[in-house]
Amino acid sequence: MLRLTAFVLALYALAFPALARDNVTSFSLDNGMDVVVIEDHRASVVVHMVWYRAGSADEPPGSSGVAHFLEHLLFRGTENLAPGEFSSTVARNGGSDNAFTSYDYTAYYQRVAADRLGLMMQMEADRMVNLKLTESDVSTEREVIIEERNQRVENDPSALFREQKNAAQYLNHRYGVPIIGWRHEMEALDQAKARAFYDRYYSPNNAILIVAGDVQPDEVRALAEKHYGPIPANPDLPERARPQEPPQMAERRMVFRDARVAQPYVSRSYLAPERDSGAQERAAALETLSEILGGGATSVLNETLQFDQKVAVFTGAYYGGTSLDDTDFSFIVVPAPGVTLEQAEAALDETLATFLETGVDSEQLERIKMQMRASQVYGRDSVESLANRYGRALTQGLTIEDVHDWPDILQSVTAKDVMAAARDLLDRRRSVTGYLMGEEVTQ
Amino acid sequence: MMRFVWATLLLVLALPARADVEIQEITTPGGINAWLVEERSIPFTALEIRFRGGASLDSADKQGATGLMVSLLEEGAGDLDARAFARETESLAASFNYRLASDAVRISARFLSENRDQAVQLLRDSLIRPRFDDDAIERVRAQLLSSLRSDLKDPRAIAAKRFAAMVHGNHPYARPQDGTIETVTALTRDDIVAAHQGALARDRVYVGAVGDIGPDELSALLDDLLGELPETGAPLPGPAPVSLDGGTHVVTFDTPQSVAVFGQPGINRDDPDFFALFVLDHILGGGSFESRLMQEVREKRGLTYGVYSYLVDKDQAQLWQGSVASANDRVAQAVQVIRDEWKKLRDGGVTAEELQDAKTYLTGAYPLRFDGNGPIANIIVAMQMEGLPVDYIATRNDKVNDVTLEQVNRVAAERLDPDRLTFVVVGQPEGLDQTAD
Repeated sequence: MLRLTAFVLALYALAFPALARDNVTSFSLDNGMDVVVIEDHRASVVVHMVWYRAGSADEPPGSSGVAHFLEHLLFRGTENLAPGEFSSTVARNGGSDNAFTSYDYTAYYQRVAADRLGLMMQMEADRMVNLKLTESDVSTEREVIIEERNQRVENDPSALFREQKNAAQYLNHRYGVPIIGWRHEMEALDQAKARAFYDRYYSPNNAILIVAGDVQPDEVRALAEKHYGPIPANPDLPERARPQEPPQMAERRMVFRDARVAQPYVSRSYLAPERDSGAQERAAALETLSEILGGGATSVLNETLQFDQKVAVFTGAYYGGTSLDDTDFSFIVVPAPGVTLEQAEAALDETLATFLETGVDSEQLERIKMQMRASQVYGRDSVESLANRYGRALTQGLTIEDVHDWPDILQSVTAKDVMAAARDLLDRRRSVTGYLMGEEVTQ
Repeated sequence: MMRFVWATLLLVLALPARADVEIQEITTPGGINAWLVEERSIPFTALEIRFRGGASLDSADKQGATGLMVSLLEEGAGDLDARAFARETESLAASFNYRLASDAVRISARFLSENRDQAVQLLRDSLIRPRFDDDAIERVRAQLLSSLRSDLKDPRAIAAKRFAAMVHGNHPYARPQDGTIETVTALTRDDIVAAHQGALARDRVYVGAVGDIGPDELSALLDDLLGELPETGAPLPGPAPVSLDGGTHVVTFDTPQSVAVFGQPGINRDDPDFFALFVLDHILGGGSFESRLMQEVREKRGLTYGVYSYLVDKDQAQLWQGSVASANDRVAQAVQVIRDEWKKLRDGGVTAEELQDAKTYLTGAYPLRFDGNGPIANIIVAMQMEGLPVDYIATRNDKVNDVTLEQVNRVAAERLDPDRLTFVVVGQPEGLDQTAD
C-alpha cells in the first residue's frame, strides 16, 4: 500500500507501551529538577535531554511563537559560551544536538559518546540560566524562524489548512494557535519577549533531565548534582493553568481553497479527553478506537471506503492522547477520482454510524492488542524514542508510573469500553469539518 | 596535558561504539550471500533485503512500472487477497515495508522470534507469489496517481524533477522514478508482472540481518525465502550522462518561498580522493550547523531555515548536490552567497582547525549511527551494495583521520567546480540572474 504521508493530519505522539520498568530509574534533585535514567548498554552512546514544562500553549497572548523563538535563541550564546559555541562544542566532541518545541513542552538534546555526558550537562545547565543575547543575533534569528514558517507552513497548503482548522477547533485554548506562531506576531517578537518567557519558565524546578543509554543511575545522579544541582529553584514559577476550552455547542465547518492543492480531502475532528494521571482508561479506549477505525490496512474506514465502496484513496484516524489539556480525535478521507468531498464526508458519517450499530470486531481487537504487545518488544530497539516517550509524558501531566501502567491499561480495554468511548466522542455538535480544495474553476 | 586528553579522546571515539557489531558472512546452501549481526537481547529480527536495479530498470514508456509493482507486493499474495494478507501480517505483529529507490528495491522486514516462521512465509509469498489482482492494481494505481498529481504542485518535487531531467539526458535517472500520470495510467498487469520478473532476482539480491537469529537459522530462512526467485533479472542500465551548464534555471510557480536545488559533478566511492571530498563536503554544507553554508546563509544572514550539501553516489552517476529555500525576495541573495562560498572554498581551501573539527565530528558521529537492529541492518546491506569489505566499520574512521590538509585542499582546488554549479529555482524569485532555457 502506498503511504500518502502528505495527507497525514499531524504527527501525534504515538502511544507505545513502556519499557520493562527495571531499566528506568528516577529521582529528583533538591532544587526540584526531575531526573529519569533509561539504561541501554548495547552501545557506548548516550542521549542527554532537558525538557521544560513550557510550550507554545504557555505563551502570553500576542506573542505566539515566542516559545519556539526562544528555543532557537538558546543556541545564540550565554555569558560563558559565544553564539554557536554550544553546537560547535558538541560537534567537536563527535556528537550531534538539536531541540524541539511543541504545545506543552520545549526540549533540548544531544547524542554523544557516553564519556562526554558531564560536558553536555555543564553546557545545558549553563544555558538554563545564563542566556546572553545581542540585538543583531536576535533579529537574524527572527529572519530564520520566518523562513522556517515559510518552509513548513506558507509553502504548503495542507499546513495552512491545518492551522486554520486548529484555530476553528479551539475557541479558547492556546492549542488553536500555531506552535511556530502567527506570522504577524512572529514579526514583532523581540529580545524582551523572549527574555520574559525564559525568566518565567526556564528553571530546574520546571525541567526534566532524561539520560538514556550506556550510563549508570549513580553516575548520572552525581553529574546532575554537580552541574544542575547548584542552580536555585525559581520560587515564582507560575502554576500551569491555561485557559480551558468551553463545551462545544455547535458544529463548525470550513472550506479552505488554494490553487496549489492538487488532491482535495476532507478532515473531521472532535474534541476529546486526554490521558489523565491515574485515570488513563478512557484515553486507552480512545487510542484503541483510533486503531480500529483508522489505524491500518484492516481498519474500519480502510475496509469500508477503500476496499468495499472504493470512494477513497486514503483514510486515517488519529488521537493525540498525550496532551496536557483536552485534545482532539480526527479523521481524514482522501476521495477517489470522481468522488466529491460531500460524498466522501457522507461516506465517512455513514461508516461511523454503522460502526456505532454493529460494534467492534473481536478478531480485529485481538490483532490490535497483539501489535500493542509487540511494540513493547520493538520499542526497546530505540533508546531515543523511549527517552522521548518519558519526556512527553512528564511534561504533559503524567507520571513515570502512568507510563509504566499504560501497556497494561491498553491490554485491558474491552469492546464495551471502546463503544462507550465512541458513542461519547462521535457527536457532530462537538466537531469541526474542513474541506481542503483547489481554486474554484470558473468558465 | 591538553595534548594527552586530545589523543585519548580520538582513541576512544575512533572505536566503533558497538564493540559487538560482529558481522558474520554467510553463504547459504542455495548460494545466497548475507551478512548477519547476532543480537540476542531483544526477541525480534530486522531483515533488510535489497535488489539492485529499482526504478532505473523502467523503460521510458513504462516508467513507474517497478514502483507500482513494489507497492502491490503486500496487496495480496499466494492464497491471500490484499485484505487477508494485511490481517495475517497484523495478527503476527510483523511489519514489511516495500520501497522503491532509483537504484534498488528495498524491503525492510521486522518480525518477532515467537512467530518468525509464519512471518517469513508471508514475506516469502509477497516476494515470490504476489497476485497482482485487478482490483488491487486499480486501487494502488489510484493512490499513485493521486501522489503524482500532488507532486505537480509541490515546489520540492518540481525542483527535483526538473534538475534530474536537465542533468541526465535520456537515462532512466532523468525520469521521475514513480513515473508520470500518462505512463502510470497506461501500465497493464503484464507490465507489472514483467517488472516483477525483472526486478526481483537472485543475481542482484543483498541481505543484512540483525537480531535474535543465528547463522544456521538465517541460512535456512533465506533459502526458503528467496530460493525460488528467478536466477537472473532484467539488464541494468549503463552509465548516466551528467550534464551541468552552470546556469540558474527558474521554474515559475506561485508560492511565497522559492525552493532551490543545486549540483555539480560528484565522486565515486572507490576514487582515492573520496574521503577527502567527503570531509570537504562536511565542511562546506554537510548537514551540521558548523558548515560554511549554514553559517553564511543561515547563521549570519538569516536567509533560510536550512541549507545543505551532500554527495550523491548512484550506481551510474555521481553528483555533489545541495538544497536551500528562501523567500522569493531573498532567494537571489542566498544563491549568490552559495556561489561565492563555492569559489571561496576552491580558491582558499580549509584551515587546519576546520579539518580537525570535521574529523572529530565525523569519527564521533559514525558509531552513533549503530543505534538499533533496524539501523544496523540498513548499514550492513548498504555496505554490501557499495562493495565494501566486512571490516570496513573498524577501518572507516581511520580513513577519515588519514585525510591530510594538503590532500583536502588539493581536492578542493581540483574538484569544486563553480562554473558547473547549476541551480534550479522553483517559485517567483525576484532579482535573480537566470539562464534562458
